[in-house]
Amino acid sequence: MSATFLGTPAFPTAARAALADTQLRRNLAHATGTIRAKRAAVVGEVDEWERLRLAGAALKDRTLRHLDTYLVQLEESLTRAGATVHWARDAAEANRIVVDIARVHGTDEVVKVKSMATAEIGLNEALEAAGIHAWETDLAELIVQLGEDLPSHILVPAIHRNRSEVREIFLREMGRHGKAAPRDLTDTPAELAAAARAHLREKFLRAKVAVSGANFAVAETGTLAVVESEGNGRMCLTLPEVLVSVVGIEKLVPTWADLDVFLQLLPRSSTGERMNPYTSMWTGVTPGDGPQEVHVVLLDNGRTDVLADEVGRQALRCIRCSACLNVCPVYERTGGHSYGSVYPGPIGAILTPMLRGVGHDTQLDSLPYASSLCGACFEVCPVRIDIPEVLVHLRTKVVDAHRGEPKVQNLAMKAASWALSDARRTAAAEKVSGAVGRVLRGTKRRAPGGRGVLGALPGPAAAWSDARDVPVPAPESFRAWWARTDGGRRGNGGAK
Amino acid sequence: MTVGLLVTCMNDALFPDTGRAVVTLLRRLGVEVDFPAAQTCCGQPMVNTGYLDEAVPLLRRHLEAFAGYEAVVVPSGSCAGSVRHQHRLVAERSGDPGLVRAVEQAAPVYELSEYLVDVLGVVDVGAYFPHRVTYHPTCHSLRMLGVGDRPTRLLQAVRGLRLVELPAATECCGFGGTFAVKNSETSIAMGADKARHVRESGAEVLVAGDNSCLTHIGGLLSRERSGVRVMHLAEVLAATEPVIEEAPREADRTSAGSAALTAGGAR
Ligand code: SF4
Repeated sequence: MSATFLGTPAFPTAARAALADTQLRRNLAHATGTIRAKRAAVVGEVDEWERLRLAGAALKDRTLRHLDTYLVQLEESLTRAGATVHWARDAAEANRIVVDIARVHGTDEVVKVKSMATAEIGLNEALEAAGIHAWETDLAELIVQLGEDLPSHILVPAIHRNRSEVREIFLREMGRHGKAAPRDLTDTPAELAAAARAHLREKFLRAKVAVSGANFAVAETGTLAVVESEGNGRMCLTLPEVLVSVVGIEKLVPTWADLDVFLQLLPRSSTGERMNPYTSMWTGVTPGDGPQEVHVVLLDNGRTDVLADEVGRQALRCIRCSACLNVCPVYERTGGHSYGSVYPGPIGAILTPMLRGVGHDTQLDSLPYASSLCGACFEVCPVRIDIPEVLVHLRTKVVDAHRGEPKVQNLAMKAASWALSDARRTAAAEKVSGAVGRVLRGTKRRAPGGRGVLGALPGPAAAWSDARDVPVPAPESFRAWWARTDGGRRGNGGAK
Repeated sequence: MTVGLLVTCMNDALFPDTGRAVVTLLRRLGVEVDFPAAQTCCGQPMVNTGYLDEAVPLLRRHLEAFAGYEAVVVPSGSCAGSVRHQHRLVAERSGDPGLVRAVEQAAPVYELSEYLVDVLGVVDVGAYFPHRVTYHPTCHSLRMLGVGDRPTRLLQAVRGLRLVELPAATECCGFGGTFAVKNSETSIAMGADKARHVRESGAEVLVAGDNSCLTHIGGLLSRERSGVRVMHLAEVLAATEPVIEEAPREADRTSAGSAALTAGGAR
């Protein structure tokens, strides 16, 4: 029971369908608006917020600069603490490692803590293919999984659903996979949560193996940390005998003390809370307490390629708080599915193409263009990732990968560059537009204030003019006016 | 002192009134303005679409045109942002260390409100504009340049002008350069919300520091016959009280097409 992002069309096409989905638009506008306001309020309380951001960015940068050293240190610390460390170059390797561990324990099910890394590698599908059920235990992930749906947000993967939809999914699906929802379930949040709790409880108590990710991995001590709100994570991390954690290699921090900065930045940016309800930390195996067999899978899956990109590597600072999604005006209207990846929104628009490679896939290449470059994401990012800068950088890479191809855009940009690299050629082009302006001077349609405008135009102009009136070009360019009137000093200085 | 006016390619061809308004305004404030005729375009459309090579000749042209000026003034937040934050990138791409040096040594570029408030130190520019106005802070002036409250302070000092609040003012209008056509549906969806907020503000005129964003929002407002006009900040600040020979009649003060709505002397 799983859906896939495979086959998602390029962003503009995928967005069109989302834009027409009235319920999605309303759900998203409401949800992002609410969380945006919460974040702004709790961030506003912290006088030193900017210094915290700078510290967070600097810590991550230093870690990434010496990643080789810290990774080896982490492996040593983990091994010393009784954990088994596995290295995975890509999704296939990581999935194989987890499947093998589950098989060794002869289990046909695992419980899961919400994790972006395991979503990225498609672990649930790989487990399913090996005959092992992976039960998501985060409420929103559960909704997505039961609905055979796709996640659309990093933190709240079911953000596109409202509570009536959740109720319908619970009533329809829970019974097929375990404890059914009560027949008289209503759509009040408390009842929905209670149904999920009852449904999940039997899975927590039964499962032998749990799979998690990690928000942070401390190299110095070998400690992994998971930050969550519902307590389902705590259940998974403490009840089963075996715990497997899939951790992206960028999740490292050098020392325990570094967590101080990130545990302030993350909850305020993410859920808009001063502190999240559950922070679980574990260091290998503690005899007689919690899982007695602990595995850590260190995952590359494209991260070293990102690290090799001097401009793009800042994306590895990301702590997956989702503040950039919540504030993004494009995401708010198109939703997460339009991005065709488990990483939607501004961070997804840079991270997904970098992890998978630019220049070979139209869907991936459309992502860096899925932004108006408004900069709201950079403003809220707790680790100061300059997402607009990376977007423009990736656009350059997309263009460079297709240079020389006879594409309309290539030709248009070449022509514009030629016309605009010489003032005489620019003036000549403006003479043409001025002549058009004089011909259209008498147009009947007028914008408020009196300027002549054109309505819907055919051909390539339709993309603009379908919904937006087009101003009639000025009969005389500024350049021509300046030359004719000596900058307004000759004649009456007026316009033609 | 003489400043170079970077009018921008868009204003040059489509909105010469904005360029004329800057000239009128700065002269009124005692600044000598020059328009270096060799200028064309700062290269932003190419850079933001990913065409760095194509932006290199434009950068050379720009640097040549403005060589020797103490300061450059531009009535566009996004072009000011491009010159300040993207020209270095373009120069580096060219592989020409001389071009990188030229970018580093180029005269400072000021967006209009920055020049007025920071360099000239004026807030009251002697303008008169008796209309109900709301102001949209364009993303690049707000976030890339950080012009802050400079434009609204300038507007508040305009005689007769009533500045009303724009709901969700800091949210992007959805223009975004080639985004407006590459992702036109999303762009329009964003613009539709901006236009709704403009109408909710009850303003008669929407003012901003970028004609690109105003073309987008204005195109929507015009299409829906909203009766709200868009105007560049420069044109409002250039407007002065008309010299009235006979006693004013009621109609002259309230008509949207009155002389007061045109930038003083510029048309
Ligand atoms: S890019 Fe920044 S704002 Fe976006 S999810 Fe990552 S850390 Fe949060």
